[in-house]
Amino acid sequence: MSAEGNGATDNGRRQFLIGIGVVAGGTAAGMALRPWLVGAADVNRPPADFQPHAFVRIRSDDTITVIIGKSEMGQGVYGSLPMILAEELDVDPTTVQVEIAGVDPAFNHPFLPAQFTGGSMSVMTTYDALRRVGAQARSALLAAAAEQWNVDVVTLTTDSGVVRDSRGRRLRYGSLVDAANRLPLPDPTAVTLKDPSTFKYIGKPQRRLDSPIKVTGSATFGIDVMRPGMLTAVIARPPAFGASLRGFDATAAKAVAGVVDIKAVPSGIAVIAQHTHAALRGRDALVIDWDIGSSKSLSSEGLRQEWRALAKRPGLVGKNVGDVAAAFRSATRTIDVEYELPYLAHACMEPLNAVAEVTADGCELWLGTQSQSQDARFVAEALGIEPSKVRIHTMFLGGGFGRRASAVSDFAVEAALVAQGVGKPVKVVWTREDDMRGGYYRPLSFNRIKAAVGADGMPVAIHHVTVSKPVLANTAMGKMAVTKEGLDPSTIEGSADMPYAIPNLRVEVHNTREAVPILWWRSVGHSITGFVTNSVIDELATLAGKDPYEYRRELLKEKPRHLAVLERAATEANWGQALPAGHFHGIALQESFGSIVAQVAEVSVTNGKARVHRVTCAVDCGLAVNPSQVVAQMESGILYGLSAALEGEINIEDGRVVEGNFDSYRVLRLVDSPAIDVHIVTSGGPIGGIGEPGTPPIAPAVCNAIFAATGERIRRLPISKSLNA
Amino acid sequence: MISLNINGVQREVEADADMPLLWALRDILQLTGTKYGCGIAQCGACTVHLDGQPIRSCSIPVSAAVGGRITTIEGLAKGEELHPVQQAWIELDVVQCGYCQSGQIMSAVALLETNTNPSDADIDAAMNGNICRCGTYPRIRAAIKRAAELKRGGKSA
Ligand code: FES
Ligand code: FES
Repeated sequence: MSAEGNGATDNGRRQFLIGIGVVAGGTAAGMALRPWLVGAADVNRPPADFQPHAFVRIRSDDTITVIIGKSEMGQGVYGSLPMILAEELDVDPTTVQVEIAGVDPAFNHPFLPAQFTGGSMSVMTTYDALRRVGAQARSALLAAAAEQWNVDVVTLTTDSGVVRDSRGRRLRYGSLVDAANRLPLPDPTAVTLKDPSTFKYIGKPQRRLDSPIKVTGSATFGIDVMRPGMLTAVIARPPAFGASLRGFDATAAKAVAGVVDIKAVPSGIAVIAQHTHAALRGRDALVIDWDIGSSKSLSSEGLRQEWRALAKRPGLVGKNVGDVAAAFRSATRTIDVEYELPYLAHACMEPLNAVAEVTADGCELWLGTQSQSQDARFVAEALGIEPSKVRIHTMFLGGGFGRRASAVSDFAVEAALVAQGVGKPVKVVWTREDDMRGGYYRPLSFNRIKAAVGADGMPVAIHHVTVSKPVLANTAMGKMAVTKEGLDPSTIEGSADMPYAIPNLRVEVHNTREAVPILWWRSVGHSITGFVTNSVIDELATLAGKDPYEYRRELLKEKPRHLAVLERAATEANWGQALPAGHFHGIALQESFGSIVAQVAEVSVTNGKARVHRVTCAVDCGLAVNPSQVVAQMESGILYGLSAALEGEINIEDGRVVEGNFDSYRVLRLVDSPAIDVHIVTSGGPIGGIGEPGTPPIAPAVCNAIFAATGERIRRLPISKSLNA
Repeated sequence: MISLNINGVQREVEADADMPLLWALRDILQLTGTKYGCGIAQCGACTVHLDGQPIRSCSIPVSAAVGGRITTIEGLAKGEELHPVQQAWIELDVVQCGYCQSGQIMSAVALLETNTNPSDADIDAAMNGNICRCGTYPRIRAAIKRAAELKRGGKSA
């Protein structure tokens, strides 16, 4: 992305936008006493600000603000992105303020005409632009200092927000703001960037800057937003996918103290009240006649039986290398196995919610979202107004995992429609049950794999037929991503392009269309294909009588980066050496979102319960901008995937979602959380993502360890459902 | 009117006696540091202290808190000085999205009130009611141990 291409105005300076957030102070031992996240209070900026670009502003009092258009959902972008800009600007990133951007094309994703946070791409897609903007600003300040001192700019240096000359004179950046504003801006595409070997901050661990506000309860998530006169709503939602409303009686609900209004919206019946408690009581009092419709017969068990038959039939060809049929004819030993994965809810810790206010001037929304531009567009469509009349305030996200990048902007649009005509801001809160039963799951997946080894025990062929509802096809990215034959890359990513050397590989796909809404779930197709392919590789190693790690080494010998990651994980885990009695190792490797991750799980199995004691993880993400957050994201991805692997499943019966809350949708708790060691492998390769790649390898690593422990091959997740007692 | 003692201050709340304490705190008193996660005492996001004991505010009516001392995440720091648990959380970079952390911290603080040197098993037991979807558990465990050290007079980093 060229920093210049972002709609620079004629004087070369971005017309920037106003951020929103909270002014928050935070202290702790070692943390400076200063506001870090700035927002509304900052609107009336003195004209003396120097803002060369939408991403950065320097004020005469030396305050440096980095404006971030990516959403913070735990992955640390409010730390890592400022760090990149600060490096080139030559200021200490921990002294920089962060402002949450509004919606503006300046913050668009370089591959999409939209402001969007996802695909583990925040660092990789902004790294160059942030560096150039930082360097551009620094270069402008240097030029201003050179003019002031009347010296050649090449004699000047910078350090921590100060320009110095060879005689020891100093000028603070803030003192150069006016002068910099009068000079022409340097071309960001032509500025000199630092030699990475001289980086002061990038690549060095930095503590999170949002900790102080998050440990004091003062970080504002969407659900925490309070607006003057605001009302709170909950929605009585259809009990089954595809159900429709026949009618309802709101008499009793309206009589509930605190209930203000009740109205039908496309997603159900909204109960608008003074506070959440009244809204919930009002909802309980509604008498609703639903027409369950055609999905009465929909069940995950039924789908699984249909799909088992479907998986025996030829599908769309996603990959065809060599000749699997011929290879099977000459194979020494073969397997023919089925692998299944359930629907999964994202179950973000913060249930979905949004605050909307609709006035004659347009619509204002406060919400935790990964998809600002699309939300604005869909809200505008729903209200019949111009997208420019929708203003979005991005709040902290209490988890995203893909769910807050809704392909239909469900929670944003719904809030706008509820608030329409109310004349006051309305916060729509989804209860946990609403959130869990509201759809948009990781797809149910049924897989049939035939695979064979030759006389030397090495794989000769894999024929994989996969059945699932395609993710990208059901999003705005479908148009770009899905082939005209209907092949959705999300169904074959990680299987068709697996790094293991398989001479004959055929991947076929059946796209299904069940009424259950599906969506990208942390790592999209990779948590499915990672499980299937890494389990199958293990099965083949067993067939060959070989050690699963050595077997993988052989299959990765042409891929030095992958091999290095695999070997690092195995070495750090002491693969092959004695473990405590009853403990066993399993290993897996998956490349996703530009990063390669290998994990070794140390597992014991007692009375049908698998316990994961330790996970050793190696990751090659090219460049680790903030290594401590790379480690944190690996831990996070591992535990998210482990939670799903052990116990996660959404079941559908009679069109209804069985699970509703954490009593039935079981998630990992601290007591079952393993120790995790993360090792960063520095390859110097291109920058990869870190938010998602930690997730795919964990399920197969654990299942492969279970096989080592018990001889039982887990071919259906979750483990708790499959493992023999 | 219901009168509640919250973080050392007497507050009047206009709420039905059966309103869960959580909604009184969040919606009426605008103390939004205490979070809603499940509403059925499964996730711990709503944990506050009642007379020093950790409770799930989603699952007790506001009337049950009358006459007791309620402490929320907002009341943990003494002025500018953070509680050792909060300090340890910052030092070890525990938070990710942060949504569960008010509840995690309130549970950890309660644990350390009665146990100055908790073992892994003590931590497992005390923290079992608090879910984190971001996978911060290993750091929570380490930070509780660090906070115990700080409370016992260790230096903060
Ligand atoms: S909201 Fe109270 S325990 Fe989950
Ligand atoms: S930090 Fe996100 S749920 Fe715990």
